[in-house]
Amino acid sequence: MRKRFDDGGWSPYLAGALVGLLAIASAYATTQWLGKTKYLGASTTFVRAAGVIEQAADPERVATNAYFAKTKVKIDWQFMLVLGIFIGSLVAAIGDKSYKFEGVPPIWEDNFGPSVTKRAIGAFLGGIVAMVGARMASGCPSGHGLSGMMQLSVSAFVALAMFFGFGMMVAAVVYGRRG
Amino acid sequence: MGTEQWMGLVTGILFGFLLQKGRVLRFEKQVGAMLIQDMTIMKFMLSAILVGMVGIQLLAGAGIITYGHKAMNLGAVLVGGGLFGIGWAIVGFCPGTSVGALGEGRWHAVFAIAGMLAGAAIYAELFPFFQSTVIAWKDFGKISLPEAIGISPWIVIGVFWAVTLGLFAVFEKNDL
Repeated sequence: MRKRFDDGGWSPYLAGALVGLLAIASAYATTQWLGKTKYLGASTTFVRAAGVIEQAADPERVATNAYFAKTKVKIDWQFMLVLGIFIGSLVAAIGDKSYKFEGVPPIWEDNFGPSVTKRAIGAFLGGIVAMVGARMASGCPSGHGLSGMMQLSVSAFVALAMFFGFGMMVAAVVYGRRG
Repeated sequence: MGTEQWMGLVTGILFGFLLQKGRVLRFEKQVGAMLIQDMTIMKFMLSAILVGMVGIQLLAGAGIITYGHKAMNLGAVLVGGGLFGIGWAIVGFCPGTSVGALGEGRWHAVFAIAGMLAGAAIYAELFPFFQSTVIAWKDFGKISLPEAIGISPWIVIGVFWAVTLGLFAVFEKNDL
């Protein structure tokens, strides 16, 4: 058994296969009880959450925005799914004592030092670019990477290749200081 | 909360639990895959796809569930996918894992989540512009790979299984 499983984690093959079963069960259950097949995804929820926040400041702007109108700002199945990810992760991390406060992750620290401010700026700007891209492509590694691939969607194969292709190029440049 | 919201919440809790147990929520796992140093997230994703694609195909083939393909809009998927990759390398989380990472205490994920919310708002503002440019280039519609090449989905699934199992062997052999 290799070191990386010693902290109570499961084999990624096992955990991944169980996510596959969850995706199948969820597609079946949503069709049966909600009348529409729903697939795992996450990035649309960020649009809805941004809409909810923006509504508090400027409801008019949200009401007249074509993209918010198209996406519909509401607390739906996927919104609760994303909240659930937080809870499930918290429960698992406390359960096997892998919960850890971390302000600057390894690899980042090796390249940019222990400054939380630098990491915060990087995470914020990276988050902006990633989300603009995800919404343009209509999906993220959950929606395209898992759900799209399971359905053999052409868009998923292309999107996943772009995600990793560009991710690898940028990572090689940005974190290149550590071989 | 209605049935829809409760079902989403329960599914999400299970999903989050498995993401955490598979140890794929962490920055170093996601960037580690991009640096080809640690393929944990690839093992996880591909295992989920291998299992999921068989069940989804069986259920959809029998007419029990319906497909929800995302459109193969050339400009949107290529440019959007590229932008996502660039941002992903810097932020080190995808949308789903950012929330999960916060759940396991990696609190710098709050900056990632804030950035993603800002990104969603920015995209909503720029949507008319993208609609008349990148999105307007060429749309092949909601197509599947078996449809596009005109063969049985089971052949595609068989090939995908073979290639993926080969990849797993490479990962294990090289201790990735």
